[in-house]
Amino acid sequence: MLNPELKLNPKIFEEPEERPIRDGFGDALLELGEKNSNVVVLTADVAESTRVHKFAEKWPEKFIECGIAEQNMAGIAAGLAVSGKIAFISSYATFSPGKNWETIRTTIIYNNANVKIAGHHAGIATGPDGATHQATEDIAIIRCLPNIRVISPCDYFEAKKATLYSADIYGPFYLRFVREKTPVITTEETPFRFGKIEYFWKPKTEKAEIAIMATGYLLYQALLAAKELQEEGIDVCVLNVHTIKPLDEKTLLEVANKVKGIVTVEDHQIHGGMGSAIAEFLAKTKPLRIEFIGLQNTFGESGNIKDLIKKYGLDKESIKSAVKKLLS
Amino acid sequence: MIEELYDEKLKILEEKANEIRRLIIEMLFEAGSGHSAGPLGMADIFSALYFHILRHDPKNPNWQDRDRLVLSNGHICPVQYAAMALAGYFPKEELKTLRKINSRLQGHPHRTSLPGIENTSGPLGEGISQAIGMAIAAKLDKKGYHIYCITSDGEHQEGNIWEAYMFLGKNQLENLTIIIDRNYIQIDGFTEDVMPLEPLKQKLESFGLHVLEVDGHNIRAFVDAVREARSEWKRTSVIIAYTIPGKGVSFMEKKFEWHGKPPNKEEAKKAIDELRTLGGKIISEHQ
Repeated sequence: MLNPELKLNPKIFEEPEERPIRDGFGDALLELGEKNSNVVVLTADVAESTRVHKFAEKWPEKFIECGIAEQNMAGIAAGLAVSGKIAFISSYATFSPGKNWETIRTTIIYNNANVKIAGHHAGIATGPDGATHQATEDIAIIRCLPNIRVISPCDYFEAKKATLYSADIYGPFYLRFVREKTPVITTEETPFRFGKIEYFWKPKTEKAEIAIMATGYLLYQALLAAKELQEEGIDVCVLNVHTIKPLDEKTLLEVANKVKGIVTVEDHQIHGGMGSAIAEFLAKTKPLRIEFIGLQNTFGESGNIKDLIKKYGLDKESIKSAVKKLLS
Repeated sequence: MIEELYDEKLKILEEKANEIRRLIIEMLFEAGSGHSAGPLGMADIFSALYFHILRHDPKNPNWQDRDRLVLSNGHICPVQYAAMALAGYFPKEELKTLRKINSRLQGHPHRTSLPGIENTSGPLGEGISQAIGMAIAAKLDKKGYHIYCITSDGEHQEGNIWEAYMFLGKNQLENLTIIIDRNYIQIDGFTEDVMPLEPLKQKLESFGLHVLEVDGHNIRAFVDAVREARSEWKRTSVIIAYTIPGKGVSFMEKKFEWHGKPPNKEEAKKAIDELRTLGGKIISEHQ
């Protein structure tokens, strides 16, 4: 059953409302503009599609259009940040932190500059634009950097809360956003606890044999799978891993001690992503079997989100099969 | 407001430059690795900056209204460390820790390691962008401090630099002055052989920048160029400072082989003897 403590969307299993995760980022920036005069926003010619255009209209003097120049954008943000500003850089994740990775490493992360990197168009969920614009390696290349905090929100509301949270904490953050509309899983009242892995679906019997750990919008597919599995008599739990770094090792170990196996779910390469982060930790504390749902050493392609997650094995059916594989 | 340079002050700055060079040789010999030619070539400019141009307080390195000095080509940091030690940011003794374990003096400068360092650098082409960010922040905060960014000629082969110049062409930031160390060398050889930069001045002017040229070893001319740059109130100024790599040590001058190596014991001794006597102009009591 859905965890009642989290006040999740009650209509989650009855055609829930769909909203783009990136809108949560844009709406949070509007609030931040009101609230904190030090917030500045930079983009590299993708203001509208990364949802910073409303901030730009309202606070033109605090909005910096860098043109198609992601390295320059990262460097300017670092300079602003060491001068007391809270700088958000907003572009597609394939370009930022893809194209400007070393600039981010040197001038933002190693330099400990207060810059928030918003990586948009994450995952094959980017859809029709094709693999060039579908960031499926961004978690891997960013989470390996020391001292960065990495959040991959599951829906509109979580994206908004994560963005607001990041502005309150000094230091570099990576925020991962998705382009297409995706189901709204949480509500305005759902608490956002940075650094926590949260139970979104609890087993009927309190004795789940398998834990499904999902990050981002695919959490919805995990919840659908859990519900259907329960109807088939298989009890699982579903956990939302919105914070990929630092990883909630305490909860992870507690869960691992209770179950036979774990299924990790993410719209990202299986190498280096959230599943890898979990495996790295459990390999030294509580080794157990893990099935990794994600891109299996392949790029995506053009298509709609529904067809893509089916073809690349990220949908509820794939999650159910992975659970059954671990039980067999 | 930067004061005009009078003869007595000029003499002091020349002496400081010589002392900076001596410290560079000593610290590089002690470190056993590092870059020689670039730092020696920039000693006169660093002397002018730290002892005449910059508005700063070595005892209060985080003073909010200080001028910012962004070093883009981080590998020449021995010249900055030497100037900073002489200015009183930290004890001269600490220069001997360069490139060693637990040192604040990293092989390439790291902002959070050493107070007074404004940016982390080493990977090339990134300084101007950061200086732009600082200049925008100063304007947003209505602060009057000035940002100086030192870059090398070789790093102008990085695309990031031209992204930054394009940005400056659009958003002229008159509170930023860029100084290019034009010494014509890089690791693999002479810049014009490796990847030509000329006509550099025309290229920069075509981006809408205010470009000045100066002899980087003529301290008075350099100070005058900075004064002229500071009087430009509409555009970002770029000063192309022509320098001699290895300047002050005859056997290192104009040789790209000295870009990335330190002197050995004999070479260091020879270099320091030359610097003590100002290339034979002064008879040393040790000779």
